[in-house]
Amino acid sequence: MTARVGVVTFPGSLDDGDAARAVRIAGAEPVRLWHGDPELHGVDAVVLPGGFSYGDYLRCGAIARFAPVMETIVDAARGGLPVLGICNGFQILCEAHLLPGALTRNQHLHFRNRDQVLRIESAGTAWTNTFQPGQEVLIPVKNGEGCYVADTATLDQLEAEGRVVARYVGGNPNGSQRDIAAITNAAGNVVGIMPHPEHAVEALTGPSLDGLGFFTSVLKHLVGAPA
Amino acid sequence: MPRVVVDVMLKPEILDPQGQAVANALPRLGVGDVASVRIGRRIEIEFTGEPDLDRAREIADKLLANPVIEDFTVRLVEADETADARS
Repeated sequence: MTARVGVVTFPGSLDDGDAARAVRIAGAEPVRLWHGDPELHGVDAVVLPGGFSYGDYLRCGAIARFAPVMETIVDAARGGLPVLGICNGFQILCEAHLLPGALTRNQHLHFRNRDQVLRIESAGTAWTNTFQPGQEVLIPVKNGEGCYVADTATLDQLEAEGRVVARYVGGNPNGSQRDIAAITNAAGNVVGIMPHPEHAVEALTGPSLDGLGFFTSVLKHLVGAPA
Repeated sequence: MPRVVVDVMLKPEILDPQGQAVANALPRLGVGDVASVRIGRRIEIEFTGEPDLDRAREIADKLLANPVIEDFTVRLVEADETADARS
């Protein structure tokens, strides 16, 4: 049976179309989810896409966290549903306390848009299990508020538990502490990533096909997961 | 009717690049005696009935501030001290 992967559209989402396309190229069925509908329509996993939900008003992701669909997703994620938050989706996951820390204004105050090398630090998550630990991938980064911050105890805990999923290599685009580009929760089913794997799935438009691994990983995870 | 004012500031240990950018611009105005600038946010809340500080604190904690990176204070101000009254 084809896996069904939900992609949420909030008011102001930009990359929901590309995320749905990446899901389809990876071999799953994308299911569009609407922010105002708390029903997940039986999806096996969820992607929170990039963009500027609710105009980034107040703080990035702060208002999206209270969308009806998010209340269902938070409960389901605590129950093991794989959730990938990309860029604004990462910000939403932090605001919803599914992931620790926060994303703040880039230290240099400039929006950064470039192809970025990342090192996959943890291949043990639902979204990175097709990578090798230490593997380098090339994925576009584009953000104005991508500087990951957390207190030292939280950062040390993330490192000790192998929950830093990816780090920036060859230059940190936003000042993130410890070059962190992606993290996961303790169970490994929820991943937040600032760069955009959904923009690196086709030779025509992406700098590589490396982003596809995130989407094929969740399919592998779903097949291997106990029913 | 009095309003509740919530002031939200980045925690002291969190870098404030906006504040730094403003501080760096001040010498161009001929201002040389400013050591640092921190930028925060002021929110005025008007309740339908009596202002409720505990409720405002709950709103601030859940939505207006992100306790991971920000601190907030909550206080009552009279209507003539609000931003509307000054404009």
